[in-house]
Amino acid sequence: MKRAGFTTHWLPILLLMPQLSIIIVFFYWPAAEAVQSSFYLEDPFGFGSTFVGLENYTDLAGNAEYRRIAWFTVIFTALVTFFSLALALLLAVKADKVIRGARSYRTLIMWVYAVAPPVAGFVGVMLFNQSWGPLTRAFQSLGHDFVLGVNYSDTAFAMVLVSVWKQVPVNFIFFLSGLQSIPKSVREAALIDNRSASGRFWDVTFPLLAPTGFFLLIINITYALFDTFGVIDTLVKGEPGNNPMTLVYKVYVDGFRGNDLGGSSAQSVILMVLVLALTVFQFRLVERRIHYT
Amino acid sequence: MAQVSLNSIRKVYPNGFEAVTPSSFDIKDGEFVVLVGPSGCGKSTLLRMIAGLEDITSGDLHIAGRQVNHVDPADRDIAMVFQNYALYPHMTVRRNIGYGLKNRKTPKAEIDRKVEEAAALLNLSDYLDRKPSQLSGGQRQRVAMGRAIVRDPALFLFDEPLSNLDAKLRNQMRIEIKALQKRLGVTSIYVTHDQVEAMTMADRIVVLNAGRIEQIGTPSEIYHSPASTFVASFMGAPPMNLVQAQFQDGAVRLPCGTAVLDAPTSRRGPITLGIRPEDVRLGQGQTAFDVHLVEELGAHRLLHGQIAGQPFTAHVVKDTIASPGAHVVDLPRAALALFDTQTGARL
Repeated sequence: MKRAGFTTHWLPILLLMPQLSIIIVFFYWPAAEAVQSSFYLEDPFGFGSTFVGLENYTDLAGNAEYRRIAWFTVIFTALVTFFSLALALLLAVKADKVIRGARSYRTLIMWVYAVAPPVAGFVGVMLFNQSWGPLTRAFQSLGHDFVLGVNYSDTAFAMVLVSVWKQVPVNFIFFLSGLQSIPKSVREAALIDNRSASGRFWDVTFPLLAPTGFFLLIINITYALFDTFGVIDTLVKGEPGNNPMTLVYKVYVDGFRGNDLGGSSAQSVILMVLVLALTVFQFRLVERRIHYT
Repeated sequence: MAQVSLNSIRKVYPNGFEAVTPSSFDIKDGEFVVLVGPSGCGKSTLLRMIAGLEDITSGDLHIAGRQVNHVDPADRDIAMVFQNYALYPHMTVRRNIGYGLKNRKTPKAEIDRKVEEAAALLNLSDYLDRKPSQLSGGQRQRVAMGRAIVRDPALFLFDEPLSNLDAKLRNQMRIEIKALQKRLGVTSIYVTHDQVEAMTMADRIVVLNAGRIEQIGTPSEIYHSPASTFVASFMGAPPMNLVQAQFQDGAVRLPCGTAVLDAPTSRRGPITLGIRPEDVRLGQGQTAFDVHLVEELGAHRLLHGQIAGQPFTAHVVKDTIASPGAHVVDLPRAALALFDTQTGARL
């Protein structure tokens, strides 16, 4: 393809301005501020700040609670990502085989996608309501007294459940379109080559879904790390106490509840580096290697 | 090797459309049968029913003496070559060819040996470790062939395998496939809409139209004695000339009144007259032929024009001087075919 070039430097810059200015005002500037304030100890009441170098970072490294939360975040992310992808794949494979009423079936599954995270969290709060939540009752009948927001593992369970429920539709849409883009004749060739349905799935369908799968893996990790904030906030009602939380929620709690702006900035810088690493991983390794045609 | 037998095979889709009317024919051991017809004539549906990719609505299908109506495609002992090759894009050529064997619990060493053998046969030995995306169209076609022959099936099924190739490669592959099939002696069913492929490759041709078998016969039978006006106009390039005529006063007469054939019957009314363009004798007889266009084809020329106001084509050898304008032609009696104008059936 031939590239058209600009004769002057000003026109392209002018055309990029609207987009650039938004990114600068809402991302680069705050990010730079965060990096800067991560080297300072801020007075909680805004009366100046002291340069402390890397102290905010070394504090975090030695902080047992931070490490515990980081560990929880890893487990939480792994669980949410795995179950969101696995359930969505299962649903997509089944939906792909539905012939009658396929459209309404798919629409029903995709609907959840339109629910905002805090609303999803609120639905979770309802389901796990202490006195009349249907899921609480279900647990009761199994002999477990489910206490959302008080019991650590109960709350963690609810967080994973609601986060997965919220994410499955997105993955479902991608997996379904991925499945439908596999040529029909390739599947038919497999039908003649292999009599076992599960063999065909793992040998042919699954590898051909891999590009979609890896893309979704990155998207889901990012989702579990960052976008579950709304779900977590609703479930723990802004009162962390003994409750589990993820690193992003910790940034919020320390910065806006604890007024430790320096420490919270240092945490957000760490997360920023994490996202950067994920993005590089996605572009360098995944998108280049997992490509068939 | 197998004998295939179709007995009143019928396909009706859930929406009520009858894609294949009850059709019966037998295929002998090692025979190469071509199913030919225009788009939507049901030839692919018929093939897919034999493969097991479509349910058979009614009728009996036997492969090698075994009824296979409800047998899984993988258990019918068939191999199929698809129009767009249908290679597994994530597997190397080696794994593509060996995949069917691997699933039949063939020992690893034997798979390797058979894959190497098939690759050598198809000139693919240097490409075994490439992915399909790194191959040309002709090479992909060969891989698809390799995947079929390595399995040593009872029956080969080809679903328009050459239609994605360019004209030159198509001619070459046509000959290769035919030669390979003769060498391996595997019974084959080949679907195409290209009558040239049908004529050149087939031991026997099955001409289909609108879900119905129009005629079954050797290429020569199909060409020289078409059973209906459909077969006459579908097979051959250019197709057989079809001219509307009348039985009148003991003769078949063109609308202009010229008698072209004495009619021994007392039959009256309209009739369709058929003659192959190469059987027409230019410059003899007394039938007026108004030539509009001369098509130069090197080895011969085609004269397009009208007889009695109806389109007509004559084929002449390259030395014949011909120019647009009024000519006369002779329609030799031995070359004339008569069809019922109403039903299109041969009389």
